[in-house]
Amino acid sequence: MDLPLLWFLLIAVLWTGYLVLEGFDFGVGMLLKPFARDEKERRVLLRSIGPVWDGNEVWLLTAGGATFAAFPEWYATMFSGMYLPLLLILLALIVRVCAIEWRAKIDDPVWRNRWDWAHTIGAWLPAVLWGVAFANLVQGMEIEVIDGNHQLVGGFFSLLTPFTLLGGVMTAVVFLTHGAVFLALKTDGEVRERAGALAQRLSVVSVVVAGAWAVWAQLAFSAHVWTWAPLAVAASALVGVVVTTRARREGWAFTLNALAIVAAVVLIFGTMFPNVMPSSIDPAFSLSIDAAASSQATMQVMSVVALVLVPVVLAYQGWTYWVFRKRISTHEIGGHAGLSPQPAGSEGHGEPRGTLIR
Amino acid sequence: MEALDLARWQFGITTVYHFILVPLTIGLSPLVAIMHTAWVRTGNERWHRLTKFFGKVLLINFALGVATGIVQEFQFGMNWSEYSRFVGDIFGAPLAIEALAAFFLESTFLGLWIFGEGKLPKWLHSACIWAVAVGTTLSAYWILAANSWMQHPVGAVFNPETGRAELDGVGGFLEVITNNTLVAAFTHTLTASWLVAGTFVAGICGWWIVRSVRAEREHEARQVWRTGAYVGLVTMLVAGVGVGITGDFQGKLMYEQQPMKMSAAEGHVEGGEAVPFSLLAIGDLSGDPENVRHLIKIPGVTSFLGTGSFTGEDSYLPGVNDLQEEYTLRYADQFGTDVDYIPNLAVTYWSFRLMIGLAAFSAALAVAGLWLLRRGRVTDATWFSRLCLVALPMPFLASSFGWIFTEMGRQPWVVHPNPANPVDQVYMLTQDGVSTVVPAGTVLTSMVVFTLLYAALGVVWFLLIKRYVREGVEPLAEDRTDEPDEVTGSEALEPTLSFAY
Ligand code: HDD
Ligand code: HEM
Ligand code: HEM
Repeated sequence: MDLPLLWFLLIAVLWTGYLVLEGFDFGVGMLLKPFARDEKERRVLLRSIGPVWDGNEVWLLTAGGATFAAFPEWYATMFSGMYLPLLLILLALIVRVCAIEWRAKIDDPVWRNRWDWAHTIGAWLPAVLWGVAFANLVQGMEIEVIDGNHQLVGGFFSLLTPFTLLGGVMTAVVFLTHGAVFLALKTDGEVRERAGALAQRLSVVSVVVAGAWAVWAQLAFSAHVWTWAPLAVAASALVGVVVTTRARREGWAFTLNALAIVAAVVLIFGTMFPNVMPSSIDPAFSLSIDAAASSQATMQVMSVVALVLVPVVLAYQGWTYWVFRKRISTHEIGGHAGLSPQPAGSEGHGEPRGTLIR
Repeated sequence: MEALDLARWQFGITTVYHFILVPLTIGLSPLVAIMHTAWVRTGNERWHRLTKFFGKVLLINFALGVATGIVQEFQFGMNWSEYSRFVGDIFGAPLAIEALAAFFLESTFLGLWIFGEGKLPKWLHSACIWAVAVGTTLSAYWILAANSWMQHPVGAVFNPETGRAELDGVGGFLEVITNNTLVAAFTHTLTASWLVAGTFVAGICGWWIVRSVRAEREHEARQVWRTGAYVGLVTMLVAGVGVGITGDFQGKLMYEQQPMKMSAAEGHVEGGEAVPFSLLAIGDLSGDPENVRHLIKIPGVTSFLGTGSFTGEDSYLPGVNDLQEEYTLRYADQFGTDVDYIPNLAVTYWSFRLMIGLAAFSAALAVAGLWLLRRGRVTDATWFSRLCLVALPMPFLASSFGWIFTEMGRQPWVVHPNPANPVDQVYMLTQDGVSTVVPAGTVLTSMVVFTLLYAALGVVWFLLIKRYVREGVEPLAEDRTDEPDEVTGSEALEPTLSFAY
């Protein structure tokens, strides 16, 4: 097989892994402030993603690194050209990591509340911006060839068009639904009930928004007839989510929503094909798969590495999900977590340290 | 300021910051793994207390390490797009492999370690933290493979058609991952990280020994903190020796591969034999090299570091002026004649000395600790507790200075030419690597935002670690003052790590 094509597909696979997996922990994070009613519920939400969110995020780092290795020209053009949106995404991800890991360290409602806001915003922002970024890849950007290199010259505002903004709304809604379905699947008791009911309503919005965006993408920007196929799969899967959330078949609902995301990535990458960054100025300026690709030797090395390591990663990540397969409910959430904001005694010499026994 | 300077500042700030957190993660994760394993195997409470105590600190640190690492992955494309185009064919591979081989391992198994207690058999639970430790070490190896290649490019050829450096066949990849610069940098960085963590553990346990003895909890001091202090002290000894040996090896390589860096580090202006090691220099190091005056020097030592000979013909080292002339001549066709090939002398000179010099605090702590804690002893000496606190941050700083030296001493190159074939065009000046489409204002914005956010998060990180360190450990069973019937439920009987949130 043609190696650049293989790597184009592999990059699509890595993004799929990222969007399917981080999609639900973004969704849960987006719901943290608006959905959870009290501390115990918030902790149920956090625990549902706690063991896995970091591993999910590494799919992004791998997609980034693999793009650098297999398509340096794509990596360079995309990230320098989309500088500001990427900056916002990075800031959000940084804050989100600290919010997840640090909130439970101090037992203080003010402290926790601040981190919960940081977490919620840190999930909404990338959920919207990834959609804007991918919609740009579908729509084409102001790319020129300067001194033999492809450069995205348009700047920040050229990236914002009605189509790309709708793309942002779409990913936000789809991730939100994904998160609600995930919660219904992973929790028990009242959280499960309410998440199920919310997923039911959100799934309808997601069919409408995602459907509209996908049809727009297909009609306006796809040069291939075959991309109707993933579109149809995505649409039926999303309708399936509406049906299954109504029937409270949580496992099916989650699987179908994941399938919809997979099909959407196929649609996006299919529309781009055979380019990785289409130019809206002149198709001759589009950055094609072959022009962006690394040398044959690098592709060969990376193919062997990926073939060996990806199955191993899938195996242990799959195992992690199996270890944490049990539903979580508010009943299991113990008393306080974390230390009080101030040390027990001012200097601690000889004071009883009873707070520590939890 | 131009986009170039700003991009350099941003890269320097974010990377040095990342590397304050990194060595503690790399060094502490195996130490926590050792503590956890000792607990599982012996069932001794003291190991439980130590695992829980240092485990929490590790988790606080890990979070910020991950957060600041994400930025690094994308910065090459954002600010250094022309660099990325030029080197991506070779440089991208170790980065991608780092994510696949190391980041997945550390992040997945850290999740299992935090939440897996009670869900996994005990031995498997402790194996998870070992997997994290392996992951952090692998990550160091792969990222340093990338970095060492830009210090000393091997396995690469220039392709005039694509205008970029490309892998010299599949064999080129083997050269990249067995680069002798990489072997030196990996072993040096790894042992430096152990020194950071060893000093951290010994410093905190030493401070707690004094504190608990003074609070009349000598039993705790002996059982818990003295044990921990020994873990730290032994690590420091191993790491200290390792850092010295690997550093010496690096010095020799540097003389072959980047003679300009070596000479700049010594403020060594004109070439000569039996070059002394300068302990203190005055004059305007950053300006005209002619102004440098060395006040205190040890004869022949720099020559020895670089060449292995103290005196004689073999000990000849070129000065920065000789090298400037040589480079100007060599690259005149390509870059013209007014490129300054001499890195900032003050920075290279002082960062090199601070890197080595600051290790003296660790050495002092090791000597004092081993003496005061010999044969089952504990101590209540306040000077020791102060020494512990002072020594604690020093190896962090030494590591930062090590990187500042390595990276600034490489300037003006972002990819330093390999001296074996210096004109085969696999090299790049830093000024040619910067993104051309990103306006200075945008870089300035991101630099300011990153700096402010990092500063705020740094404060929280510091306060959290301080708070957890001051909290100490739960009293040992026989030290408990509370009534036995207050301790109810299996949780109280069976000690847990309770890392989950
Ligand atoms: C010698 C070791 C070393 C060096 C030189 C660097 N890092 Fe690092 N990095 C680590 C050692 C490390 C680590 C020990 O593996 C970290 C620190 C804390 C952590 O969680 O993992 C990490 C985290 C970390 C992460 C987050 C991983 C995750 O989510 O688990 C990324 C994306 C990077 N780094 C990327 C980089 C890049 C692109 C660097 C080059 C400029 C870099 N790091 C320098
Ligand atoms: C983690 C430890 C590291 C530290 C503390 C560090 C520090 C620095 C500093 C201070 C600079 C600025 C030099 C200057 O502007 O004069 C710099 C530049 C640079 N470093 Fe590193 N570095 C580290 C690791 C790496 C690694 C592992 C890579 C590659 C994978 C790397 C790639 C670069 C690049 C591309 C530049 C160019 C920008 C410039 O020259 O300003 N660095 N680094
Ligand atoms: C005997 C003392 C030491 C010697 C002779 C030594 C030598 C060196 C040399 C020559 C370099 C530059 C390598 C290059 O640019 O190619 C270097 C880099 C570095 N040093 Fe040291 N060093 C010593 C102690 C330390 C200590 C105590 C630490 C920290 C705890 C440390 C941390 C570092 C780091 C992080 C780097 C940058 C990464 C690298 O290039 O390996 N060093 N050292």
